[in-house]
Amino acid sequence: MRRILAGAALLLVAASPATERQRAEHALNRLAFGARPGDVERVLRTGVDRWIAQQLHPERIDDRAVEARVARYDGDEKTKREAIANAAAQRIVRAAESERQLHEVMVDFWMNHFNVFAPKRRTAFVVDDYEREAIRPRIWGRFEELLLATAKSPAMLVYLDNARSRSGALNENYARELMELHTIGVDAGYTQKDVTELARVLTGWSIDRDGAFRFRAALHDRGAKTVLGVRLGGGGVEEGEQMIRFLARHPATAKHIARKLCTRLVSDTPPQDLVDRVAKRFLDTKADLRATVKAVIDSPEFWSARGAKVKSPFEYAVSAIRAAGATIDNPLPLARELRKMGEGLYLSQSPTGYPDEAEAWSGTGATLARVDFAVALANNRMPGIRVVTNDAAALATRLGGPEFQRQ
Amino acid sequence: MDRRIFLRTTGLALFGAALPLKGARPRKVLVVLFQRGAVDGLNMIVPYGERAYAASRPTIAIERKELLDLDGFFAMHPSMQPLLPFWKERSLAIVHAAGSPDATRSHFDAQDFMETGTPGVKSTKDGFIARALAAPKGSAPRAVALTSSLPRMFAGAPDAIAAADLAKFRNDGATKVFAAMYPDAFAAAKVLGSVNASGTPLQQVAALIKADVGVEVAFVETHGWDTHAGQNTPLANNLKRMSDEIAAFAKSLGSRMSDVVLVTTSEFGRTVKENGNRGTDHGHGTVMLLLGGTARGGKVHGRWPGLEREQLFEGRDLVVTTDFRDVFAEVLSKHLGVGEMGRVFPGYAPKPIDIL
Repeated sequence: MRRILAGAALLLVAASPATERQRAEHALNRLAFGARPGDVERVLRTGVDRWIAQQLHPERIDDRAVEARVARYDGDEKTKREAIANAAAQRIVRAAESERQLHEVMVDFWMNHFNVFAPKRRTAFVVDDYEREAIRPRIWGRFEELLLATAKSPAMLVYLDNARSRSGALNENYARELMELHTIGVDAGYTQKDVTELARVLTGWSIDRDGAFRFRAALHDRGAKTVLGVRLGGGGVEEGEQMIRFLARHPATAKHIARKLCTRLVSDTPPQDLVDRVAKRFLDTKADLRATVKAVIDSPEFWSARGAKVKSPFEYAVSAIRAAGATIDNPLPLARELRKMGEGLYLSQSPTGYPDEAEAWSGTGATLARVDFAVALANNRMPGIRVVTNDAAALATRLGGPEFQRQ
Repeated sequence: MDRRIFLRTTGLALFGAALPLKGARPRKVLVVLFQRGAVDGLNMIVPYGERAYAASRPTIAIERKELLDLDGFFAMHPSMQPLLPFWKERSLAIVHAAGSPDATRSHFDAQDFMETGTPGVKSTKDGFIARALAAPKGSAPRAVALTSSLPRMFAGAPDAIAAADLAKFRNDGATKVFAAMYPDAFAAAKVLGSVNASGTPLQQVAALIKADVGVEVAFVETHGWDTHAGQNTPLANNLKRMSDEIAAFAKSLGSRMSDVVLVTTSEFGRTVKENGNRGTDHGHGTVMLLLGGTARGGKVHGRWPGLEREQLFEGRDLVVTTDFRDVFAEVLSKHLGVGEMGRVFPGYAPKPIDIL
């Protein structure tokens, strides 16, 4: 009798969903940069599913207030440092204040996937264009359009040296990372020869004197080439475009992108079954990124992953500011704080971008840095940020505590 | 009576780890310096005696007259001048054509393979240092990384700490809050905060070693070695900074350097031939340096495979003739007294290479 009851109890537990409030909190934790005071109630009034559906169409959400706010940090920068600081300022304000929260979460994801290191040469002066013109308008469309835009962006061409690669004097850096990091992934079976051949295909993909994309036919290797079994030769810029579309449509790319999306949105070790379903959706929709992200959010695995992720420094700092109901008067000191916490915006030297796993952000020093941040923020001692609270100690304990480090 | 037992019985065990072990044998320390990005070993320690060196690098080969000759065949890059005295006094050993047997040219995978100590195996979760230090948990941190996140090499070590700046752990209001919320981490952090460490990561490591709080392995990393284009200037700058810092580290420790071995390593090397942009692409064999302890310095160790085309790895890179595990195994066993290498490097039997 007891065993039957226990079994029934188990069934009840398995079948009962999270409460609507828990769903709202989870949605705000993962699909936004955390809840501001009153956000949970707002989402509950809208309805969690309806709020998510709205967030999946950021273009329909009025965000003029934030546009006005970020305009202050988009000026005539004279130095690389100013340029990087301004780009970081805009990103911080948008993450903290935009109503298009899922959009900002995904911008962070894609800017990391297609990482550029701003201090390299002139990249600092074009990184805001890169984000605004190559990335932001394309993250809800088809993956190959996003990929092609990054491949032609001056920021990427300079960062991974392709702008200087030419026939007879190849630079393999971009070709390698295009396959390893941006599309098919390191285990897809490409060889060193494929890397070299792809580098030959991409010779001529360069920039002109004004820093805009230009295909320089004189630098292009017109000889016969074979990349991953695809034979090309005798062509111009269309050879590179062909290979980029080929890579975007490759099944290994679907798996690679699906795994990264599941790692960001669900957990550090997403179930293979989930990754496979998301990869299938990616392929079935011809790599429609909105449909793919929606497939992750609609999964039961997404909803049972509450608290599974450790926040990155950026996620932590922004969610702390939002939770405290703080006002950002000046985002520049916060950009400095992020550097100290190990996630300076636009400052990842490695093309892999910043890691998306708990181990990267759980060191003792990292944890103490967050506690420092929480204490300073709660006591209104974080430069550029204004907090009003009648119990700073309680706020510090909440924001610095182990639970708030997770989402 | 053993000092630690005395302290424990008098109820002062909490602070035991922070007191220097007067009269006890000084603790041996390993310091790992990881050059992330795949350093060009061929321009770091130049085999100028190879005809193919200058022939393969028409614009980036270091000129003979700039080089600091070591033994008539190899020479140091001029920026490494601060380390030349250590070579001359035989405390600096060099291993050339060192690295991993795995052929990957992915930074990410190669660093992972090197830090987990299992080249080619992706499923290894812990770092080889963690396996080497398998020990009961104590309040003294035995492994300290001067980095903002725990390096893979330390993953799984229960008493490892990562902190980019130890000044953080000095007593302040936030630290008390921290102690309440994270009691496990706090004990070790308190010990580190009691050391007056400041400055560059290596300066902080030196302070930690001198304070003798229980650290056995320290880790620092440097970046900027991924020189795909216009390599000569950034390489010169990075080698100078690294050499200055290592020299200052050794000088600060003085005679204590006999208890310390510093090892440099990198995930792989770079192509023998320069590419089209006065740079080099991802390669294979590279250079490791060893300084201190009983290092057999003043010698370039390892079998030199040559740079002629038929002597190259996949026709383009320096071959690896000394597995990085042989280097670390020798330091771990002979210097730190770690037994059971089979546990540290599963599936591999390190060969004695006589560098210590």
